[in-house]
Amino acid sequence: MDFSDSPEEATFRADARSWLDANAALRDGSEKAQDHFMARDADEVARARDWQARKAEAGWAGLTWPRAFGGRDATPIEQVIWNQEEGRYAVPPNAFLIGIGLVGPTVMIHGTEAQKAAVLPRALTGEDIWCQLFSEPAAGSDLAGIRTRARRDGDDWVISGQKVWTSGAHYSSHGILLARTDPQVPKHKGLTMFLVDMSDPAIETRPIRQISGGASFNEVFIDDLRVPDSARLGGESEGWKVALTTLMNERFSISVGRASGGARAEELIALATRVERNGRPAIEDGEVRARISDFVARQRGLEFTSYRVMTSLSRGEAPGEEGSIGKLLLGKLRQEMAAFGMELAGTAAGISAKAGDDAARWRNEYLTAPGNRIAGGSDEIQRTIIGERILGLPPDIRVDKSAPFSDL
Amino acid sequence: MNFGFSDEQDTIRETLSRMLGDHATLEVAHNRLDGAEGFDTATWSALADGGWLGLAMSEAEGGSGMGAVELAILAEEIGRCLAAVPYLPVLCMAVPALQSAGTQGQRTSLLPGIAKGRTIIATALAEGGGLAPDTVSAKVVQDRLSGQKAPVTFGAEATHALVAATDEEDTPRLYLADLSASGVTIGALDPIDRTRPAARIDFDNAPVELLPGSDPAAIQRMLDGAAVLAAFEQIGLAERALALTTAYAGERHAFGRPIGGFQAVKHRLADMFAKIELARSNAFFGAWALASGDSRLPEAAAVARLTALDAVQFTTEESIQLHGGIGFTWAADPHLFLRRGWQLKAELGPADMWRERLLGHLATPLRAAS
Repeated sequence: MDFSDSPEEATFRADARSWLDANAALRDGSEKAQDHFMARDADEVARARDWQARKAEAGWAGLTWPRAFGGRDATPIEQVIWNQEEGRYAVPPNAFLIGIGLVGPTVMIHGTEAQKAAVLPRALTGEDIWCQLFSEPAAGSDLAGIRTRARRDGDDWVISGQKVWTSGAHYSSHGILLARTDPQVPKHKGLTMFLVDMSDPAIETRPIRQISGGASFNEVFIDDLRVPDSARLGGESEGWKVALTTLMNERFSISVGRASGGARAEELIALATRVERNGRPAIEDGEVRARISDFVARQRGLEFTSYRVMTSLSRGEAPGEEGSIGKLLLGKLRQEMAAFGMELAGTAAGISAKAGDDAARWRNEYLTAPGNRIAGGSDEIQRTIIGERILGLPPDIRVDKSAPFSDL
Repeated sequence: MNFGFSDEQDTIRETLSRMLGDHATLEVAHNRLDGAEGFDTATWSALADGGWLGLAMSEAEGGSGMGAVELAILAEEIGRCLAAVPYLPVLCMAVPALQSAGTQGQRTSLLPGIAKGRTIIATALAEGGGLAPDTVSAKVVQDRLSGQKAPVTFGAEATHALVAATDEEDTPRLYLADLSASGVTIGALDPIDRTRPAARIDFDNAPVELLPGSDPAAIQRMLDGAAVLAAFEQIGLAERALALTTAYAGERHAFGRPIGGFQAVKHRLADMFAKIELARSNAFFGAWALASGDSRLPEAAAVARLTALDAVQFTTEESIQLHGGIGFTWAADPHLFLRRGWQLKAELGPADMWRERLLGHLATPLRAAS
């Protein structure tokens, strides 16, 4: 057990830092709080693309990808080291998490040589931006229940349906789309995956406004989208297997990236030192001290949990039992901290906030946090996964598992 | 960075787990609740025979030269089987205190006996109130100690005690007391967990010997180390409580299927698991900080302690709940874990004490609480 960088990791960190020093400015605290993990508008997308292209040219993009695909063959721990170092600099938000983290690895496993050549280099450099067309109005947690249909028409497929909660679809050039190709078989068996061009006029994207007021995800309407069979990723009716690869990589991306998501508990210490409660600095109040120290302990635990995941991955093991808890615990912690930040900022935080003040900061955090508990597998789904796959408890009753989808 | 155990350490765990599983069964723990002598001397002897009591001593000291990570493995396995042995005061507090603050003579005269299981040193820090060095009122004048210490875990079974008391300049220090000496009176207490017998010790002008390297910081360091190791014991016991509750939920049928198939039960068990794993992550960092002498030990110990306390309380309380009526019975296992969990909270101080320790060590400067 060793928490320090190994000699190789120290070298990697020094190399990363030296490149970053030469190519970016250190954050000086004046930057907007990073309450979003993706680009928000065309300007941010352009800056993100430029930064990604420079990273790719210097070999710092797609770190964990194999060298054969333009990556660096880096270990998961090196990816974390890079994230730590890059996080110290004022760099644009990342618009490429789905392309590099989810779509790339899925194409490497299930794609044809032509698909690998078409998708991977352009995803790496940021020329293409990918989104994930999975969830639908009637199928979120129960993903295999999707209704978007793809029908054979000669050598083509014709796809119609509706997707929802599609992060970044409004600025994405491409999408990985799960569709039903055979409704006559049980729901997991009749699915097929496709790679689609988001600029096709048969695809219409409408941003959805979130409770925070921002709009980083979308509804996507697909109306007779015609794609060649070469756009099919993986075998016909093997879409569920392909989707599981994508989802596994999504969990990995979350465990590598999210431990640092949201506010730090130390920010609450700083806030409690500035504001008063019952006529004295809030930090002197017993309840404030108790709440904040518990937040610190939980946040540290999540950080160290991600290091345990990295250790398992670096040893070539599947992420162990610890991998499943980060997602479950992070969202709730973030929500509780945000609510407490609002309380500390004063009851007025609920009523009055000005851009840049404590009330606005914590109100925004509070209205962003609920998404963490839903996106990427809701808390409830995570608990079922832990209960069934780790603890080995009997499965939930699933009345629709073996019936043909068309009979449901 | 490597946040896992080595193959050698995994082997140590397997060996310990097998050995403890043979000796320290839950039946042994139940017997103690029913009035048998608290101390499980058979398991302690087995640990001595296996060389485990000297694992963190150098070979010159009579041990096998391993470190804090191996000690943490022992703590976790002891927690898992609720062994009624004084490993926490002896191996996790007295031994490191002797190693870091004792004289060569003290080490030579005591460590070999500890490794053989013959010498048992209880730690007498608390005085009914807190554990912190600045709450000590026991006092030593001219190598004679007066004051009352309680609770002292395994106080009646110990041969010696490591006592926190102020010196003639009112500075808290650690002193070694021979409990068979004159001026020492020991009375039994009634702890919530009878597998951890506890005593009140009255010292009336009793002869003691200073650990010359001990000062308030050294006492606090000893507590930090003990908190990290106790967190592993807490994780071990919580994990066992979860395992037996999971097994029960898989066997017990209601409404036509095992109750573990219902989300109300399944999700509660998942929450227990998540809290345990969160505590384990903090404990890992604590073990590394302890083993490597990292300056972040105080913070690491506090977060390990806080998440372990939470995991244990939630897991043991919900373990009784999910067992239903049978879980509320004396003969069933769940209350054994609840009791040990509460005992561990009492032995090293409640969450409040560790929250203050944490806030006091964060980089962001804090005004002192008034």
